[in-house]
Amino acid sequence: MLNIKKLHKSYPIGDSSLHVLKGIDLSVEDGEMVAIMGSSGSGKSTLLNIIGMLDEADEGEYILDGVPIKNLTEKKAAIYRNKFLGFIFQSFNLINYKNALDNVALPLYYQGLKRQERQEKALFHLEKVGLKDWAHHLPNELSGGQKQRVAIARALAANPKLLLADEPTGALDTTTSYEIMDFIQHLNDEGKTILIVTHEDDIAHMCKRIVRLKDGVIMEDVIVEQVRASQHV
Amino acid sequence: MFDRDLWREIFQSINMNRTRSVLSGFTVAFAILLFTILFGIANGLNNTFDEAFADDANNSIFIQSGTTTKAHKGYQAGRQIQFKNKDYDYIKEEYGEKVQYITSRIYLNVNASFRNENNSYSVRAVHPDHQYLENTKIKEGRYINQLDIDNKTKVVVIGRLVDEDLFLKTTALGKYITLNGLKYKIVGIFEDDGGDDEERLIYMPVSTAQRVYGNNDFIDQINLTYNPEMDYDKAISFSNALTDDLKDRFDIASNDQRAIRVRNLANESKSVNQMTFGLGVIIIVIGFGTLIAGIVGVSNIMIFIVKERTKEIGIRKALGASPNSIVSIILMESILITAIAGYVGLLIGMGVLEFVGPSLETYFIKDPSVSTSLVIGATITLIVAGGIAGYLPAKKASKIKPIVALRDD
Repeated sequence: MLNIKKLHKSYPIGDSSLHVLKGIDLSVEDGEMVAIMGSSGSGKSTLLNIIGMLDEADEGEYILDGVPIKNLTEKKAAIYRNKFLGFIFQSFNLINYKNALDNVALPLYYQGLKRQERQEKALFHLEKVGLKDWAHHLPNELSGGQKQRVAIARALAANPKLLLADEPTGALDTTTSYEIMDFIQHLNDEGKTILIVTHEDDIAHMCKRIVRLKDGVIMEDVIVEQVRASQHV
Repeated sequence: MFDRDLWREIFQSINMNRTRSVLSGFTVAFAILLFTILFGIANGLNNTFDEAFADDANNSIFIQSGTTTKAHKGYQAGRQIQFKNKDYDYIKEEYGEKVQYITSRIYLNVNASFRNENNSYSVRAVHPDHQYLENTKIKEGRYINQLDIDNKTKVVVIGRLVDEDLFLKTTALGKYITLNGLKYKIVGIFEDDGGDDEERLIYMPVSTAQRVYGNNDFIDQINLTYNPEMDYDKAISFSNALTDDLKDRFDIASNDQRAIRVRNLANESKSVNQMTFGLGVIIIVIGFGTLIAGIVGVSNIMIFIVKERTKEIGIRKALGASPNSIVSIILMESILITAIAGYVGLLIGMGVLEFVGPSLETYFIKDPSVSTSLVIGATITLIVAGGIAGYLPAKKASKIKPIVALRDD
């Protein structure tokens, strides 16, 4: 699914530059659920951004689903993002003047689907996250957990191969966090490949594999016994 | 680029920020409003001028005679100058190419009657060219022709209102009208834009009038139009030369202003044209200046909008929006705001002109209005203006990096 070799990335800071990723080798198979852990500044978000094609590596090789990701034009990157990836963010990143349904339908709009088809698909995914009745509510009428569920529905709408979550529970309380993790685990059970960036141990242990980053290198890469979130709910 | 979904997105965004959109459109609306009103007023002034000259061809020169005021070449002052047929012939021969149309004119007052109806009218005895000099429009029949002149036939062409006055139940064409006891055949009926007085006239051949009313070859006035290929300055020097020539011919002192009076409409047309042109330039400068201010205003607000929507644009890009789709959404929004605001301005402007138009006639502004071509021109200008206003902000928006936009801060 995902193959990364000797990935380097540095950011210019003033005259000098900050070397954030110092040769990352990572490969993720279909159906895996991987937690990327590390303290702030360890490079975990940078890695996720590169995987998400929101940022480009300076050096190294990145192959996603057999497609080498290198020197993409903006247009091509947009197409790949739309086709391959679904994003879940810490701060949800819903468009606040669009209702839940329209938010979920947005990636489908960029796929060029007809309005009727978009609405149907979006409603299906909203139903899946249990928010069918909230379809016509604006984001500010929803709770944090509900917003994140809408965001998950949106990430799923385009049927991506890989789901990328950047601190998906970072803005939520513990109970809601576990609810969200329960959802994500179910998605993984259905076969979705999922990458989660987190710094919380309990969230990381709800994944099947933990990759620990420190100062831009992988310190540890272990398979763990998955803790089911439903036990805590 | 013009699909329904894009429009839905744009309307959603405009609707979301109604105040902001209205405010950004305000300058454009105001610019177009100002432009429309100014343009309408200029048009109104033009209409007034046009109407003042509607009666006559605007390259006319009128030559009239009077009495001398200065003694010259042994003649006393106070001598009556009388034009005759040979003066008409002289001008025609001497100035050939420079003269477009030329006619003599004799003024008569007659009592006209047909059956039991009668009334008094002015008669102008003229040459056939007179029709073009006075912009006379033939409604029925024909005008005076050269055959009438040669044969001194007793025919007349009567004004529309003469027809209405005297020929109540029958058609006038072909009937005989009695002028001061003599019968004339009506060969034509004319209309004239110069007003009611002009349509209460009767035209007859100049030669007929000379034979019937005095048996002489006197003429009261000579009217001509100069060759329209001449510009104003050439026309003015032409009429000056003509004046000098005639003064010489009649032994009149060159500084005698009364004996021969030449009025050249080129003098008036020239100043009117200069004024209209100047006015047009001023209006275009003001109108475009305001429009540019409007464009800058919209552009400014669009930049602000892009800044405000940075995060949203980042989200859209993360979800797979191509740079082009971002450009088109911003560009179309800008064009839409500009076009709608501009049209509102245009409509208000037209409404104002319609409303206050009639009360402006005292200020020499008649029927102030804007033409269809201006409306079409304005539409194109507005779309272009909106495009210009939106281009830079749209380009800026398309360059937003999702990673920067989505950074939590």
